[in-house]
Amino acid sequence: MTHYLDIILKSIFLENLPLSFFLGMCTFLAISKKVKTAFGLGAAVLAILLISTPINNLILNYLLKPGALAWAGQPDLDLTFLGLLTYIAVIAAVVQVMEMALDRFLPALYNSLGIYLPLLTVNCAIFGAILFMVERDYTLAESTAYGIGAGAGFFLAVVALAGIREKLEYANPPAGLRGLGQTFIIAGLMAMAFMGLAGMEL
Amino acid sequence: MAESTQDLLTKSILTRNPIALLVLGICSALAVTGQMATALVMAVCVTLVTAFSSLVISIVRFQIPSTVRIGIQIMVIATLVILVDQILKAFYFDLAKQLSIYVGLIITNCIVMGRAEGFAMSNPPVASFMDGIGNGLGYGFVLITVSFIRELFGSGSLFGVEILPLTSNGGWYLRNGLLVLPASAFFLIALLIWLLRTIDPNQQEKD
Repeated sequence: MTHYLDIILKSIFLENLPLSFFLGMCTFLAISKKVKTAFGLGAAVLAILLISTPINNLILNYLLKPGALAWAGQPDLDLTFLGLLTYIAVIAAVVQVMEMALDRFLPALYNSLGIYLPLLTVNCAIFGAILFMVERDYTLAESTAYGIGAGAGFFLAVVALAGIREKLEYANPPAGLRGLGQTFIIAGLMAMAFMGLAGMEL
Repeated sequence: MAESTQDLLTKSILTRNPIALLVLGICSALAVTGQMATALVMAVCVTLVTAFSSLVISIVRFQIPSTVRIGIQIMVIATLVILVDQILKAFYFDLAKQLSIYVGLIITNCIVMGRAEGFAMSNPPVASFMDGIGNGLGYGFVLITVSFIRELFGSGSLFGVEILPLTSNGGWYLRNGLLVLPASAFFLIALLIWLLRTIDPNQQEKD
């Protein structure tokens, strides 16, 4: 059990996707003006990662890996080169299904997310987390834990950044730094703060 | 948009830089800039993928039904990225290992998608190809500037060759640890954006 808890904590604090791997930067910077929208975005990322990481893990282990197709009488087949194409298709499908489910059962949340929901297909935080899962050879349970941790890490970072940016609304930075420039600096400072947690272990 | 080929190539580097002005493709821009070699390879890969995906999408733009265009664009881009990934793994395995997941992440790089959707869908093939190369170069420009500073002052070397002899090897240069850390890329890009926007005030954001 501690092993899984360790994976979760590690992916939230030590290997935070936006702050230490720079994944999902585009959405991270673009949708962090208001805490409310950032909250919805973070929740959506968490949900999609929670579903799509284990699904992709199953596909990798039972369809793509060398020898994975032994159950279909093809023990020599190695389809890993199709990986990138498959993962992105699975993410797109999960996003689509989630969009329909939210529309049907939680219309309020669906409306507040708006265009950001379909755009999550091309969010590198989600794609990146799945590629990390593949690279690190996680088992099904480990990849579920990693999905939770990676999503929670993104959630935490984006909500924190939005909080700071809301406070900075009344600041008066140099004209060239306004907007994007200062957001980068805030993100840099946050990344340094998160690094202070390095070495933390269970 | 009737711009000359030269304009398409050069404007994207400074005045319409995809990273500094349009905030596209930042994800991978920061992560590979610790060393010049990886940044250069990444810049080349992104330039090639953007140029060829724009070319292909522009050629078939009249055949694509608009309802499924995003899906088709993603498939074209993913196929090109798989090609690049396989070539890197076959001929430059060490570099491919260092870049780890970031080659695959070119698929979700918004520059490629952005140019396909924003330019290639409504322009002829040659212009789209040039626009793709121009944007790739604009991306590469930021990547290489940032990685130059990070590698030179962070590790005292360029392309792995020692330029400033480090104190740990008996030299005089005490390396700047901050520049090795991921956080420094944020600060350097912020300064670069500040510089570009001071030179060209049109790019500044209004309240």
